Amino acid sequence: MTTLTGVAVEESKTERRGRRGISWNLVVGSTILGVILLMTICAPLITHYDPVHQNVADALASPGSRHWLGTDQLGRDLWSRIVYGARVDLKIAFVVEIFPFAIGVVLGCLAGFYGGWVDIIIMRCVDIVMAFPFYVLIIALVFTLGAGALSIYIAFTAISWIWYTRLIRGEVLVAKRQEYVSAAKAAGLKDLRLMGRHILPNVITQAIIFAMSDIVLNILGIVTLGFLGLGIQPPTPEWGELIADGQQFVTTNWELTTFPGIAVCITALGLSLFADGLADVLRPSA
Amino acid sequence: MNRFSFILHRLGQMVIVLFGITVMVFFMVHLTPGDPARIYLGTRATDSAVANLHHQWGLDRPLPAQYELFMGRLVRGDLGTSLLYQSSDARLILDRLPSTLWLLGYSVVLSLLIAVPLAATSATKKDGLRDHAIRLGSVISLGMPSFWVGIMLILLLGVDIHAFPVGGYGNGVIGHLWSMFLPGLTIAIAVSPLLLRSLRASMLNVLDADFVATARSKGIPRRRILVSHVLRNAIIPMITVLGLNVSFLIGGTVVVEKVFALPGLGNLMLQAILARDFPVVQAVTLVFAVMVVLVNLMTDVVYSLLDPRVSFD
Repeated sequence: MTTLTGVAVEESKTERRGRRGISWNLVVGSTILGVILLMTICAPLITHYDPVHQNVADALASPGSRHWLGTDQLGRDLWSRIVYGARVDLKIAFVVEIFPFAIGVVLGCLAGFYGGWVDIIIMRCVDIVMAFPFYVLIIALVFTLGAGALSIYIAFTAISWIWYTRLIRGEVLVAKRQEYVSAAKAAGLKDLRLMGRHILPNVITQAIIFAMSDIVLNILGIVTLGFLGLGIQPPTPEWGELIADGQQFVTTNWELTTFPGIAVCITALGLSLFADGLADVLRPSA
Repeated sequence: MNRFSFILHRLGQMVIVLFGITVMVFFMVHLTPGDPARIYLGTRATDSAVANLHHQWGLDRPLPAQYELFMGRLVRGDLGTSLLYQSSDARLILDRLPSTLWLLGYSVVLSLLIAVPLAATSATKKDGLRDHAIRLGSVISLGMPSFWVGIMLILLLGVDIHAFPVGGYGNGVIGHLWSMFLPGLTIAIAVSPLLLRSLRASMLNVLDADFVATARSKGIPRRRILVSHVLRNAIIPMITVLGLNVSFLIGGTVVVEKVFALPGLGNLMLQAILARDFPVVQAVTLVFAVMVVLVNLMTDVVYSLLDPRVSFD
């Protein structure tokens, strides 16, 4: 692919890792993620209400001792809905990353290793998908496939593979020129073995680091779809849908839109810090 | 490869990508489980009404013929006909384009106004308290869903203190600037961390450069070095970052337009989705993708003009 290679934008090497070798990003990030995961697993223990149980007599209650964060227009407990919503959003955000990861890594390896026509065809497909704004394509695809979890999986897979393909292709192009690859080639290794056993283990780290930060994008995408009514369908609690539901009461019951959003922010922050921390620890020679 | 042949090569690539985009948008309708005409008309539609719509969309023909029809219309500037509005998609899109372009331009300006001073502070005070605070802030704001940020801004600045209008497009230039401030800011909050990161990194690189040391040794004031030496060199890579993120930027307008009830392309798309108006969804998706392709081309050309050191490979 023709690209402009001008002044490279890279973070300066000195700041990658703290002086003492501890990545605070990793510590804080995994703590936040750990707490959130624990909360989603122990959801029945830390909530007192069923997230879909309606109690109209208690509708739009303010935050207080009975309902910590208040209730929505159908009297459903907001705290329960947020905690159970985490189950839905996190599960989809993680699972949805598996297929693009696998497909993207394989195609990136093939494109980088073989070059020529294979490379041209794969990279043109990448260019085409990349031309669509992420949110526009996600919304259009989920709309045509019909709202719901399956459509979300298909749509994200159809789009996110391109990032891995680009990333891994670039890494493979570099790795291919290394001596250990020439040596393995000279030893008469088959292409498949060379790629799978020698090149892949050396380039996969970058994809793993990227996956963590891409999950942040997944969560934002899923929540956006939920907000637009294209995501997980009610009554299953989902953060984006909670925000959309609360929007009509924003002047009287601000908590209904504010808290689900904060839940998204904290989760995304945990994931981002974890991803940065992972990069600190895993990225070689930094 | 010289500059001219580089631009020619990029144009050639662009044609392939544009072709691919039309194929993808064309096949979108065929991805629908079930019959798009029946989905639009509802379950109680008569068979003849469905057949009529099939004929209107050309769905009754074989696939290659359908694509030929689709492309033939496209070349003549016909993006299809909206079922909901009973008017041409091209007309609808042209009507709503100004609002979206305004929002895009405005949010780019606001993002730069946020990112450049913060990046300069962050890079010059590296590892200081302000640097850490700015970096943490950018990580947090990257993870905020922009529609939620929009609602929060409405709540804080619109509803409570009535500082800004909470919806609509306004009249005249001043009116646009006034009523699009909150939507522009919403997008800027999402985009500026990306710019900030790259600008900070490239400023740190430039700060280490020999010519900065030379300038310092000549006794040029710090502020002047920062603006005319460091920033000028560091801002070029940021143009690429801005170009790369234009698709993110454009995607962001869709949801933000809904939150602020702006009469733009994104809102047109979302309303069409509610009405199951396939031709409009297709046409808007196509226009968005073409916009991204054009901006990316422009970025590459501008970049190659701005930085004489750039190499083409």
